[in-house]
Amino acid sequence: MKVSIEINGTTVSEEVEDRTLLVHFVREQAGLTATNIGCDTTSCGACTVLLDGESVKSCTVLAAQADGHAVTTLEGLHGDEGDLHPLQRAFREEHGLQCGFCTPGMIMASVSLLEGNPKPTRQEVRDGLEGNLCRCTGYHNIVNAVMNASGQEVQR
Amino acid sequence: MIPARFTYQRASSVDEALAAVAEHGDDAKLLAGGQSLLPLMKLRFAAPELIVDIGPLDELRYVRLDGDELAVGAMTRHHDLQHDAVLAEHAPVLAQVAASVGDPQIRHRGTIGGSLVHADPAADLPAAVLALDGTLIARGPSGERRIPAAEFFQGPFETPLAPEELLTEIRVPVQDGLGWGFEKFTRRALDWAIVGVVVAGRSVALVNMGGTPLRASAVEAALARGASAAEAASVAAEGTSPADEPHATVEYREHLARVLTERALVSAGVS
Repeated sequence: MKVSIEINGTTVSEEVEDRTLLVHFVREQAGLTATNIGCDTTSCGACTVLLDGESVKSCTVLAAQADGHAVTTLEGLHGDEGDLHPLQRAFREEHGLQCGFCTPGMIMASVSLLEGNPKPTRQEVRDGLEGNLCRCTGYHNIVNAVMNASGQEVQR
Repeated sequence: MIPARFTYQRASSVDEALAAVAEHGDDAKLLAGGQSLLPLMKLRFAAPELIVDIGPLDELRYVRLDGDELAVGAMTRHHDLQHDAVLAEHAPVLAQVAASVGDPQIRHRGTIGGSLVHADPAADLPAAVLALDGTLIARGPSGERRIPAAEFFQGPFETPLAPEELLTEIRVPVQDGLGWGFEKFTRRALDWAIVGVVVAGRSVALVNMGGTPLRASAVEAALARGASAAEAASVAAEGTSPADEPHATVEYREHLARVLTERALVSAGVS
């Protein structure tokens, strides 16, 4: 089937199999590889993207379900001049990553979290990111990064 | 993991979805939010030939007060329930239960109708609708029928819905002034409940204490006799048949049912 998805402001139209998953469309048809495939079982959140502004696990959405909708990936966050999104900057400043594999998903989930709750508590950050696993167990600095991006105090 | 091949069809109305499944019967499967079905298809536990996507049917996405009942459209997402003002006022436990399903990403896609029809004994929303004495409204080729929640959950992943029927709405009676409670024990964040308990007034339903959500009849009878939360909770495991698994034995689940029931009853204002 023909699928047209607006990804980071650009419409990508491709003929794909009906069973194509959104994460494969994003990586293989759109060529955007920041979105990672981790567990592939809706658990780890490495494939998190925004679908019409809401965080979803793109390994558990069909490309067909996103047909005609807007997707934002990590590549779509930075400004026109390449300046980092506040969450990207905060993840760098707080060292909210170790190996970095979970980082794109963490940042996309954090964007969605702050959209609904601009000043979360540390517990609310942890609850908001419960769908994202960091296999390096770098959670503390990830929470710090989200607190930093929301303009709140960071625990040292 | 990639699902087996299927044909995807997007429904633009309930009638169109019904026509598609009526034509293909067992070979077709309705896709709501896909958060249970797609993982099963990726693991090849399910391999329907036709997927009829009812996710876009916004006509089935609502929560409204209708007389002395709350009407919830089957395509209402967990995230919607979590933040709905009408639910917050008239059935806050339903919002609380929805907020505990999976994780934020799953709640953005998953629907109440999908969860009920999937009928996973470890799912929370079926037990909540059971505790609330809900009624499920299904539409099929011969019209609409109403199925009480108590008759809807027949076994693990088993409901009385025919392949050519579609769950459209869930209705629960409004009983303002009830006390509410919800407790759930999981091994890790976003996991299924090992045991869960939903309390709505003097109604108590258990998650994962058998092949379907169960009403804790012994607890309800004890409450009716005026028992305390601790006394009533002590019989929480009566009449249940929980699974025996390496990480949760029958005895462990029975213990959890008692502990969580007492906590949920206390939250609901039973002293």
